[in-house]
Amino acid sequence: MTKLTIEVMAPEASSAQVGPRRHVASHRVAPYGFLTPAIVLFIAFLALPIGYSIYLSLHAVKVSGLGLGKGARHEVWAGLANYARSLSDPEFLASVGRVGLYGLLVVPMMLGLALLFALMLDSRRTRARAFSRIAIFLPYAVPAVISSLLWGFLYLPAVSPFYYLFHRAAWDVPNLLSSQLVIFAVANIAVWGGTGFNMIVIYTALKAIPTELYEAAKLDGCSEVAIAWRIKVPIVVPSIIMTFVFSMIATLQVFAEPVTLRPLTNTISTTWTPLMKVYRDAFTRNDIYSAAATSVVIAVATFILSFGFLRLVQSRAFSQEKS
Amino acid sequence: MTAATLPAPARAVGATGTEVGPRRDPRRRWSPTSTLILLVGAAYCLLPVAWVLVASSKSAAELFSTFTFAPSTHLFDNIKTLSAYRGGLYWRWMANTALYAGVGGLASVVVSATAGYGLAKYQFAGRKAIFNVLLAGVLVPGVVLAIPQYLLLAHVGLTNTYWAVLLPSIISPYGIYLARIYAAASVPDDVIEAARTDGASELRIFRSVAVPMMSPGLVTVFLFQFVAIWNNFMLPYIMLGNDRLYPITVGLSGLLNQGASQPAMYTSVVTGALLSIIPLVALFLSLQRYWQVDLAAGAVKE
Repeated sequence: MTKLTIEVMAPEASSAQVGPRRHVASHRVAPYGFLTPAIVLFIAFLALPIGYSIYLSLHAVKVSGLGLGKGARHEVWAGLANYARSLSDPEFLASVGRVGLYGLLVVPMMLGLALLFALMLDSRRTRARAFSRIAIFLPYAVPAVISSLLWGFLYLPAVSPFYYLFHRAAWDVPNLLSSQLVIFAVANIAVWGGTGFNMIVIYTALKAIPTELYEAAKLDGCSEVAIAWRIKVPIVVPSIIMTFVFSMIATLQVFAEPVTLRPLTNTISTTWTPLMKVYRDAFTRNDIYSAAATSVVIAVATFILSFGFLRLVQSRAFSQEKS
Repeated sequence: MTAATLPAPARAVGATGTEVGPRRDPRRRWSPTSTLILLVGAAYCLLPVAWVLVASSKSAAELFSTFTFAPSTHLFDNIKTLSAYRGGLYWRWMANTALYAGVGGLASVVVSATAGYGLAKYQFAGRKAIFNVLLAGVLVPGVVLAIPQYLLLAHVGLTNTYWAVLLPSIISPYGIYLARIYAAASVPDDVIEAARTDGASELRIFRSVAVPMMSPGLVTVFLFQFVAIWNNFMLPYIMLGNDRLYPITVGLSGLLNQGASQPAMYTSVVTGALLSIIPLVALFLSLQRYWQVDLAAGAVKE
């Protein structure tokens, strides 16, 4: 198909441009004109950096002599040495484990709440819907840095209203910013910030369902819960899948929340998440080569997880259709 | 609203289907359970916002000593202290953020609209391939990009300038994807053909015919990109060293770091956090109808 179009296009472009032909030629060229800015920027800020990352991850710096003066340091081919080092680094593995646990906490909690709230919003029998919708969506307007900052203060025993009440009740409650619990502290910030947006996505899908679909069930005496669970949820499954994939990608890249919380606690190390380790390697240790390798590993893992999940979901959906 | 949280013993939660007489309209009956669940969710989401409103009225001494939600009277003093910090650096951060998000968002809309329109309304060689490659960009994690972007911009001497944050923010695969859907759905082919017959140039057709038809969708593209740039932390954090170029996120994060050694700074941090969320919250409340997102269909419903 591609070849065909080019063959058709070539003689027209070269022929004498008179009358209506000129128009035909101009709207053959026009789409490329419209796409040029996007393609140039895509190459400069997406394709080229990805290529450069891969190039760096396969190289290392070799220092000759004392490493002083120009030319003493030069790039050499390193093969997969950076990858081997990155994948066997205990700090990296610990950060991966942490993010895995963090994802298991955040994604189901956030999407569960988002679905629950969306179903409540969709029910005509719920009061104060407009107020609740705005209030729950509001955190989307708060940057992760600011929300971490607000929650960070609310976690401090001296500020938190909860610790005040616990203290009054003479309960001894462990500090949420202690090393065992800090992961819950970070997870709560992500759930707070992400639930509203996902709720709106699911709610938009719910609103698109024709009411006739469940009016009949209602007349048959179906309860609201049964309608929600048996009719509404199955219809919005595609939206839930997409929110799941995007939440998973965001979870793997968690960076702003722990970096902002660091000044308030000494339990978050500089390699607390994989991305923080990449940042430290690149900018504190000036080892851009292993930082590049680690970031490629994270990217590949993200791709495998998101595509793998989509494939799994698709094949299950198809097998259900067949049966 | 308070009444909504009170128990309503007379009313059953489930639909009974035995409505008779004047109570036949089931829509009038409301469910306390679902209302309560939503209000609890709303309270959870408003808690930190309510706290920052109260806390920014407290003096440095009160912040850690009085009850969390006990307001005080120092809001204007706190704003004054914050504004005086290093010659109004805070307001410069706000202006920078508005510049990054506003200019970056606008440029992104222009690039997304032209590309989306080109992909939706023309048949040309490589259309499918270009679209697929652009779309794959949606899934590229920012992490693989940030460091090489920094190194590449360093090669051309652009790091630590406004360009370092603006340029990478313009390209938005998701924005192009959305714009393509809007163009396909809202600009009829025969309108374009009619304009062509009238002798309008392709660029003119796009500007005067397509853009007005696509504009509600383009507002959504702008909002998405505006919020994404406003909330971005990692890109400016990596690109910028000069704190006069910082956006608000990087600036406040740095201020919080200083608070660790000078606790008096915390009041400024809290006040700064409050002032920084006001513009975005206002933008949200005023443009609410554009926030109806259908990720699965990729469309935004009006």
